[in-house]
This record gives sequence, structure tokens and C-alpha cells, in this order.
Amino acid sequence: MELHDLQLIARRERERRRRIRIHCCTSSGCLASQGLEIQKRLEAAVAEAGLEGEVEVVGVGCIGSCGQGPMVEIAPEGTLYEYVRPEDAEAIVAAINGGECSVQRGDPLRPFFTRQFPIVRKNAGKIDPERIEEYIAAGGYRSLYRAINEMSPAEVIDEITQSGLRGRGGAGYPTGLKWSTVAKSRGDRKYVVCNGDEGDPGAFMDRSVLESDPHLVLEGMCIAAYAVGADQGYIYVRGEYPFAIQRLQKAINQAKKFGLLGSQIFDSTFDFRVDIRVGAGAFVCGEETALLASIEGRRGQPRPRPPYPAESGLWGKPTLINNVETFANIAAIIEHGPDWYASIGTESSRGTKVFALTGKIHNTGLIEVPMGITLREIVHQLGGGGHSGSEVKAVQTGGPSGGCIPASLFDTPVDYESLARVGSIMGSGGMVVMDNSTNMVELAKFYMEFCKDESCGKCVPCRVGTVQIHHLLDKLTSGKGSPADLDQLRELCQLLRDTSLCGLGQSAPNPVMSTLKYFTEEYERLIER
Amino acid sequence: MATPHPTRDAAAAAGDTRLKILEATMKRNQYRPDALIEVLHKAQEIYGFLSPDLLVRIARSLHLPPSRVYGVATFYHFFSLVPQGAHTCTICLGTACYVRGASELIARAEDVAGIAAGHTTPDGKLSLASVRCIGACGIAPAVVIDGNVTGHMTSDDVAAQVAALLSAPELLGS
Repeated sequence: MELHDLQLIARRERERRRRIRIHCCTSSGCLASQGLEIQKRLEAAVAEAGLEGEVEVVGVGCIGSCGQGPMVEIAPEGTLYEYVRPEDAEAIVAAINGGECSVQRGDPLRPFFTRQFPIVRKNAGKIDPERIEEYIAAGGYRSLYRAINEMSPAEVIDEITQSGLRGRGGAGYPTGLKWSTVAKSRGDRKYVVCNGDEGDPGAFMDRSVLESDPHLVLEGMCIAAYAVGADQGYIYVRGEYPFAIQRLQKAINQAKKFGLLGSQIFDSTFDFRVDIRVGAGAFVCGEETALLASIEGRRGQPRPRPPYPAESGLWGKPTLINNVETFANIAAIIEHGPDWYASIGTESSRGTKVFALTGKIHNTGLIEVPMGITLREIVHQLGGGGHSGSEVKAVQTGGPSGGCIPASLFDTPVDYESLARVGSIMGSGGMVVMDNSTNMVELAKFYMEFCKDESCGKCVPCRVGTVQIHHLLDKLTSGKGSPADLDQLRELCQLLRDTSLCGLGQSAPNPVMSTLKYFTEEYERLIER
Repeated sequence: MATPHPTRDAAAAAGDTRLKILEATMKRNQYRPDALIEVLHKAQEIYGFLSPDLLVRIARSLHLPPSRVYGVATFYHFFSLVPQGAHTCTICLGTACYVRGASELIARAEDVAGIAAGHTTPDGKLSLASVRCIGACGIAPAVVIDGNVTGHMTSDDVAAQVAALLSAPELLGS
């Protein structure tokens, strides 16, 4: 495989394409609402109308507005159809030639789409994720070629450092710094690990990226491996995402066949193999040391750091761990340059972030927005406000590790520091919207029950503390609480934050502490009763 | 291809193939101890659950102490040490589903099935479970019935589905 081979594949793919493409969403959400049946019926309808020479039906990844699914888009003109049923297929095909079609149309110019800035999701909903040729035709694997043939590993790391990219898994550690630590660490073997253990309930960004554009993640991992000197990679994906695993495996097989993974990539001396590791349902495995233990076939329990995985990770070797979304940003940075990337977002938080907008909101789905956008813009412009017109009360970011941000603070810009200042975290990108029907104490209890169940049991503060906090919240919600319980709740939360071994326990009190701070009256009302 | 032994019954023949698949999986992983989770995934997929005998067999093959295999099998939610029902109804309890009323769905399903979530009906027909987010938040609340995800569920939908599963005819050979 050489650059001209890549260009040849891209050209052949473009020549093969029909003038009109019917994009049919086949991501998990739409798939659950007969997405495949719709695709089949559309194909049949195209054949029936004798339009095969002009029109093709393509199963694509997530178009984004999952709440209005199943979605069908007519490209390149851009007509969007929402809530499509299999029996609508004939009418949709007829409408291409000016026929009548009563299927509900979506507005591609509404803020939900126009306010987005797709980098990670640039191919999502546009290409067939199961065909590597489509990814190559969209410019794929050119960044990898450039990195291997025109750049030294140090230059790659420099570009990533200059771009200001920070880890998208939640903590926001500077990616370039992590890469250079791994590159500098001594070891006869190094590993690159992609964290796709998206455990936060209410978040599905990584699932969508893996389902919609798996090659983008593989290319990012490959560039990372070249930069740090690794020859083996693992992608750890949740067992709850069978469809993402299937697509990823297909993508790996294709990339191997094309000489873009495996030995002598692009006929260079660089080798890189990738294996999938399927998670078995443990939230704590999102923590990096627990994840490594799980890849090694052990119980997913974290260990104290340092040493950090960058120095001593998988089987004691230097290991680079980044999140799915972080890897999905890499190819674009190499392609457009670090200055371009750094020009997006804010001073401390560069680039874009993908959020899963869910809960009591009008437009549920996936959005990718530049950092620095305010919560108000996300909730009211992109999200279209509360579900069926209800008043939005709060937004919860970061899942069980994050906090609830009340509507009065919706002018907070979305960046790592600002969210931390209001008692929440960026997290991996879950954004659950609540309206007045949501009881905040019950919600805090819901999260604490989650953390209690998911605590791995290794350290006492987390194992015992989560149970005690849950017990106190239960006491409060059943109307048996006293003012002393509130004090004890605060004290326990602080203790857990200060003394737990890993991020799970340290951040588990966040939903309680933030609701205690912003919705004190809901707690006090329970005591007065 | 050899014809099956006439005295061997169907269940034993099935057991044999399953064992072969499991052996093949361990062999493909070169009986490496770090392949334990992969092997357990496969064992659960073909047997439906992980029996003590199965765990001991895996421990021996991978040269691991049984305590380690048991420890891993009980640590992860995915693995079940007891047989599951012929049908499964799993209700997503992720935050998005919770905010959209998933706890009512669970209560209703428990009511109709007469068992608590996490259990199997005495006749072995249905296992009821809750799961922490299947990532189908866009169509919350979501329910997985026998592996198929359905979204925008109401408690009436769930009640009807559970009742249908309970009155479904016995699956042959299960």
C-alpha cells in the first residue's frame, strides 16, 4: 500500500457512487426501531422504480438526532425524514422524482445541526462504516500515511501537544504530555490501549463513534502507536455494545487486508496489531488501572498510582491509554495542523466535545460542539428546550462522577475548568436534562445506588461509604431524616472524596454534593415533613 | 463425518459440541491465563451460565487456581452462575431511561412476572433483569427482550410483552 494506491481506492469509490445516496441510519438507536428493515424496503423500492443506476441506499452511522429516529437522509440535497416506518419506503423513493411524500420531514437547518462543529463526527451519518473504501474516499488513512512517511515520532507528538488536545474520557489530561511520557519510558515492548468502556449511564458517544466511524479510531490509535513506539494495541469495549464490537472487528479485518494494520504498514518498518477486549459489565473498568487489570484477565480492581500506566501499565510495560473520542481527534489534527485545532474552543480547552443529550429534552441525540459554548445554548438552542415544553430545571454532566448544574448557572461555558468550578465535571460527555418532575434527592440516591453496586470493594471508604451515604439518602427520601443526617451526609461525602483509592470513590459524592448545594430546599423539605 | 452414536441422546451430543467449541476457544488463546475473560464470555455464550464444573474445567485448562476463576466470574455482572430463563426481559436503568420513568417499567414487569428483577420465574420461562445503560439513551426508556432492543416503552407495553413471554409455548430442547 502506497499513497497512490490510497488515492486509487478513493477515486474508484467515488466513480462507483450513484448520483443520489439514500442514507439510512443503522446505528443502535435507529436499529432498534426497524432500521435494517427500512434499509431493505428502500433498496427494494429503488429497484422497483428502476432507479438503481442513479440512486443507491447506504446504511450509515449515527445521523445524530436519535430521538427522532429512525432517520433517513437524501444526499446530497439534504432532505431529512424522521420517524420513518418500513412502509414509507416507496413514498420516500417516489419523492426523489418529485412525488408526494407525507413522511415527517426534519429541518436540516435547525440549530441542532447548524450549531455543531463536526470533527470526530465528520463522517458519522455520511459513510457506510462497514466499508473501508468509503472511509478512504473521505480522506481516511492519509494522516497515518503522512505521519509514517513524512514525520518523525517526535514531530507527531509535538503536533498533538501544540494542538492543546486534552483527554476526552473525563479527566482532561493533556494528550501530548501523556504521549511524550510513554515515548520516553523505557521498555522492550509498549502498548496502546483505547478505553471504550463507556460506563456512565446516559452516555453513548463512544458507542456511536465506534459504530459510525470505526476506522477513525483505528487510524488515531495507529498514529499514537507510531509516535510512542508501540506494536500492540487493545480496544476495550463494553460487552453491552455488541453491535459496536461487531463493526469494529469488521473494520480491523479490513484494515489488515489493506495493509493498514499488522506488519509493515504502508510498506514501512512500522508494525501495529490491534485486538478487541470485550468488557463484562463493570463500571470501575473505565478507571485506567482497573481496565488494564481486566485486559490481563483479572478482576477489574484499580491500584494506587504512581506508577502511572505510562511508565508501568499492561504486564508492567509502558502503556498509553486514551479514550475513544481522544483517538478520533488525532487524524484531523495531523491533517489540518495543530494551529487549526487550537483555534477552536477556549484558551484552556481546545477543540470540540461530543455530548449525548438525553433526558427531559426536546431533541435527544448526539451533538459535537466547540468547547466554550454555554449550557444554555446547548439546552435551549440545540436541544430545543424541555421535553414537550416543560421547564428545564438542571443538567447533569459527567454521570455518576459528575454534578447537577441548576438552570440559574446555564451561562457557564462548557470547558474543563468552568464545569469543575460549579461542582461538576466534563466527564465523558453524558448530559442528562431534568425538568420539574425530577426529584433531585431521588436522583442523588439513584446515582449513589449505582456507585454502591459498582464499587469494586478494594478500599474501605468507597465500599462502606457509598453504602452509608445511600442509607442516609434512603432515610431522607422515606421521610425519616433529621437535620443531623444532612450534616453527616456532607461529612461522609467529603471523606469519600478525600480518601478513596480511585476516581470512582473520589467522585461518587459529586451528585449528592451538587444537589445539596443547589437544591438544598428539596432536602430540607424532606426533613420538615 | 462420523454418524452420532445411536445410544447417545441429543443433550449429550449437544454437550459434546459445546465442549469442543470451548476447547477451541482456549486453544486459539494458547491457554493463556490472561484470556480468562474471553473464555468465560464464550462459555457463557454456549452454555447459558457458568456452572461450578465448568469453572473448574476452565481453571485447569488455563492453569489458574479455581479461586481466581471464581473471583473473576463473580466480579463481572455479565457472568451468571445460575441458569437463566428461556426468555429474558432486561430493562435499562441508565440515567436517561431513569429520568424518563424506567423504574415504573421495572415495577410493572415485576408485578406481571411475579418475581423481582434479577430473578427467574420458577418454571424457568423468564428471567427479569435491569441493566445500567445499554447506550440507547436516544430512545429512552429502552427494554431488551431476548436480545432485541425496543425504545420509547410505556409500562403497558412492558406488561404486555412480559405476559406474552410468560404464555409463550415451551422452547423445544431448552
